[in-house]
Amino acid sequence: MNIQPIPLFLTVAGEKRLVTSDPGRRLSEVLREEMGLKSVKVGCDAGDCGACTVLVDGAQHCACLIPVAQVAGCTVETLESVEDDLLCSLQEAFLEHGAAQCGICTPGIMMAALELLRGTPQPVAAQVEDTLGGVLCRCTGYRKIISAVMAATAGATPAPLPDAGEAVGRPIRRLDGQAKVSGAEVFGADFAPQDALLVRVVRSPHFHATFSFGDLDDWAAAHPGAVAVLTSDDVPGENRFGVIPHLADQPALAEGRARFLGEAVALVVGQADAIERLDLSTFPVTWAPLDHSVTQAEGAASGAAQLHADRPDNTLICGRVVTGDAETALARSAHVVSGRFQTGYVEHAYIEPEAGAAWLDGDQLVIQACTQAPVMDQEETAKVLGLPMERVRIIPSAAGGGFGAKLDLSVQPLLGLAVLKTGQPCRMVFSRSESMQASTKRHPSTMEAAIGADETGRITAMTFHGDFNTGAYASWGPTVATRVPVHASGPYLTPAYAATSRAVHTNGPVSGAFRGFGVPQAAICQEMLYDDLASACGLDRLAFRRLNALKDGEKSPSGQVLVSVGIEACLDALKSHWDRAGAEARAFNATSDTVKRGIGVASCWYGCGNTALPNPSTIRIGITPEGRVRLHQGATDIGQGSNTVIAQLAADALGVAIADIDLVGPDTALTPDCGKTSASRQTFITGKAAVKAGEVLRAAILRQTNLDDRARITLGAGLLTATDGINRSEIHLAGLEPDANGYVFAAEETYDPPTSALDGDGQGIPYALYGYGAQMAEVEVDLKLGTTRVIRMTAAHDLGRVINPVLAEGQIEGGIAQGLGLALMEEFIPGRTENLHDYLIPTIGDMPEVVSILIEKPDPEGPMGARGLGEHVLIPTAPAILNAVRDASGARITRLPALPHRVLAAMRDTS
Amino acid sequence: MHYLRPDTLHDALAALQSTDLCIAAGCTDLFPATQARRLPGPVLDISGLAELRGISRSTDGWKIGANTTWSDLVRAELPPAFRGLQLAAREVGAKQIQNRGTIAGNLCNASPAADGVPPLLTLDAEVELSSADGGRKLPLGNFLTGPRQTALRKGEMVTAIHVPETAVRGEADFLKLGARAYLVISIAMCAARIEIIDNHVTDAALAVGSCGPVAARLSEVEAALTGRPLDPALITDAAVSAALSPIDDVRADADYRARAAAELLRRSVARLGRVEAA
Repeated sequence: MNIQPIPLFLTVAGEKRLVTSDPGRRLSEVLREEMGLKSVKVGCDAGDCGACTVLVDGAQHCACLIPVAQVAGCTVETLESVEDDLLCSLQEAFLEHGAAQCGICTPGIMMAALELLRGTPQPVAAQVEDTLGGVLCRCTGYRKIISAVMAATAGATPAPLPDAGEAVGRPIRRLDGQAKVSGAEVFGADFAPQDALLVRVVRSPHFHATFSFGDLDDWAAAHPGAVAVLTSDDVPGENRFGVIPHLADQPALAEGRARFLGEAVALVVGQADAIERLDLSTFPVTWAPLDHSVTQAEGAASGAAQLHADRPDNTLICGRVVTGDAETALARSAHVVSGRFQTGYVEHAYIEPEAGAAWLDGDQLVIQACTQAPVMDQEETAKVLGLPMERVRIIPSAAGGGFGAKLDLSVQPLLGLAVLKTGQPCRMVFSRSESMQASTKRHPSTMEAAIGADETGRITAMTFHGDFNTGAYASWGPTVATRVPVHASGPYLTPAYAATSRAVHTNGPVSGAFRGFGVPQAAICQEMLYDDLASACGLDRLAFRRLNALKDGEKSPSGQVLVSVGIEACLDALKSHWDRAGAEARAFNATSDTVKRGIGVASCWYGCGNTALPNPSTIRIGITPEGRVRLHQGATDIGQGSNTVIAQLAADALGVAIADIDLVGPDTALTPDCGKTSASRQTFITGKAAVKAGEVLRAAILRQTNLDDRARITLGAGLLTATDGINRSEIHLAGLEPDANGYVFAAEETYDPPTSALDGDGQGIPYALYGYGAQMAEVEVDLKLGTTRVIRMTAAHDLGRVINPVLAEGQIEGGIAQGLGLALMEEFIPGRTENLHDYLIPTIGDMPEVVSILIEKPDPEGPMGARGLGEHVLIPTAPAILNAVRDASGARITRLPALPHRVLAAMRDTS
Repeated sequence: MHYLRPDTLHDALAALQSTDLCIAAGCTDLFPATQARRLPGPVLDISGLAELRGISRSTDGWKIGANTTWSDLVRAELPPAFRGLQLAAREVGAKQIQNRGTIAGNLCNASPAADGVPPLLTLDAEVELSSADGGRKLPLGNFLTGPRQTALRKGEMVTAIHVPETAVRGEADFLKLGARAYLVISIAMCAARIEIIDNHVTDAALAVGSCGPVAARLSEVEAALTGRPLDPALITDAAVSAALSPIDDVRADADYRARAAAELLRRSVARLGRVEAA
């Protein structure tokens, strides 16, 4: 018998490397765990995402699909080990074009691109798409990746960083970009102390069940390597976490009753190799399934299984905004349209499953994991573990995408519990299916609305009610229930308005934050009805929206007098595109029978920051005796670019060159609280705190110089020079006494946006600042197959002030990709689509050209006039696409996503 | 951990005779089926059997070795009748999957949505099964006995796919319909192979996948096309639907699948005849 000789060798970086693992082990594991090549990312273990793409003898392969025995004698290249010059130019191009956002897919994308570029140095877009079709990216919308690969061999040289005072507005490369394109970035799964124990989770296989454990000690004893088995009995603190303190309801480990499929009920901790091999189906737990509900209709039905004793009718919370008498106004309106729309669960599908490591530093528990909310992690983990807050330190790892779901706790309390109970460092990584079961989702919705207009086409009134499926636990359900009625009118003057919402508990996955907090769902309802209403009024769809767009000084449905309203400018910017696209569609359709083109438009408005609640950020800036500026930046950059944008704002406010700034953090031990990366708040709120801190620090420095605020500050080694062109002042920094943080000059400033509580009718000042946008979709619909191809998106967004145009475009393109998925393909079905081949997100072949139009109508409250953008960009996309589908085909889609069979069915319903 | 990776078919078959082994080749279906860090064993890894890789021609047809990957098929110089198979190969997953996945693995995995099956059905493909005791051939339609089920017996492995010379006639096409570009499991797909002589269809082979427990040939529709000038309109929704048994699932409903399959077939046939679909 000729058996494969063991040990195996493979060649990495020109070096023959011995493999000691099992021959059947995944190559991705061998490269990461045995050889330390952590640029090889694991996103799905199924060949669905391509994050682990490596080159084997020059050809791209998913390392997760290769038993290591199959590459014996082969040359394996990872991003760390590639040796040709092509890699450098590709990295430069990625940085220049902004092709890496969170960076988790970047190594796989770059390896695949190298396969192409070695044979085809100047590829066309179609070749790039064919080559990269197997690597998913959830952040960028792919367009900048295509541009970067096409331009790779042209050779980009970085522009010099801007001078003092000139950073804002410039397309500077992301300051944290180098690690993303070199593969050195440390994500949640990429670091653990030596010999850390591995933690795995036993999860409920039922939507709703009580359970009891067998003899856990016996089971552990029968499994060598298992160090601890932990259940809710082991949780030392209050076994309830949540994002809204008085509604915190989610146990870290369920207590005798699991409320959703995939809920964690126990932990198994032990030596990595042994724990990795465990078959958890033998775990001694007995289940007694209970009745369950999955949809909002089931959850709200009388007789439905009740999720929480203190929340009758499975109602978590209701939201309400009322002004005027909407019902009477509708009855008196010349035109009234109404409709009912349904959306399903939508999965965030970031390419990085939740992961992290934890250890003890003295008596302090340190947790390094992917997150969007380090200080909330600290508070809630400390609470669950019964520790004072200062005994928990959170170091956010790089986050491989977040989009809202990494706001909630995931691995943090579980890792902390394992470390406290074993006294040893621990690590854990969710599998893709665990991630999809356990993480939060976009709220499914059932929405009904009626909107009226007078004979001139002016909106008279709107009624709206939405039931939102908030799943088993509260998470961000209250935020969705509150935000939706505030925003459901869209950015249009609506004199009489009655909008209500209800968050309904079910045994579905926990619904939480997902880019827009329910507003994208509401915008689908409102913007699709606007097309009906424009038609009823006999008005062009864009002109109808322009007619009703909010203006400066008008009131929102919450009674807030709005200033610096950007929606008119956004709609006006689309006008020429709308006319062009309409003419092109008519010309195309005159000669095409099976495939028809259509165009659609939709708008967004979105309040930045928490709704009518305090929401501060604090920024510290210090100058070291050596002459460096250290920016303590506690906002987690999950790819959106806050590390760069906040630094640009701070540099200009302080008046130093951005090259003089070193970033510190985020880390709860090093950075003041910058709140959560949510609600499109970081550029606005943390940015404003950075501007304030920069200005205060500048003033403090200039007070030592007798120069006025026009003076220019230059930093050298140990020396600060200020000059107004005539007078010159030098401060020898090394000679000054540093403060407790080691700074010779420092400032720490907090900004909290001015809002006011909403009354029972939702009246008040929910947000200090709003962002606005409008998007136009051009699509082609195959009338016989019901398939939709989006051929172009034109997106006009008012940013107030553009801090970094490349990053802003990246947000727009990425938001559009997610909106396109929401419109056309994404639907998470619990228990059925817990992988990335049944749950589809757009690939590189699905993304159309995007034309971004950046509008700058400064907001008086924003830092240097800037507004938030991160969530706005997704809101108009789905309704614009669905309106275009209807324009092309007549199909009025009322249930998302618009899968081909639903489009054909809707066409039949129409005709 | 029992992991065998023999160099010769003889050794592989000997091992298979004595032990129940999981046969592994490209692993593009085996690994996604497990969350484990390693292939659940015991494993017979046949990827080292060079004799099973590649496409060759014999006196009575063509032989595609079991270990031939989709990328091998894309790159191969083959007659126009294989065009459908080559188009399908380009649509299996994405490049990474095409570089690993093998044609025999696609058949043995026996997914109702296996991309390779419809074009191979239109090529009258036969599956070569070998064991230490000898070998046998089965028509592909008999090899696939149901979803995730094949006629493979204990001790047997697929060693090749044979395409008889009688089927290497005419031109072929393949169309896959999914909800996105790349990396997609089809809602429906079709393969068509048509020979036209003197403006008349002399041979027609049509197959549809993802519309039933296994992909199906549509012999009645083929008969309707044969013996007359090519007319895609002869492929009616009713006739196609009668040959299929689609289901409702997350990707589409059954009614849509049947209609879409008929439309895809009309388009494929029209492309082959370079005439407009009605």
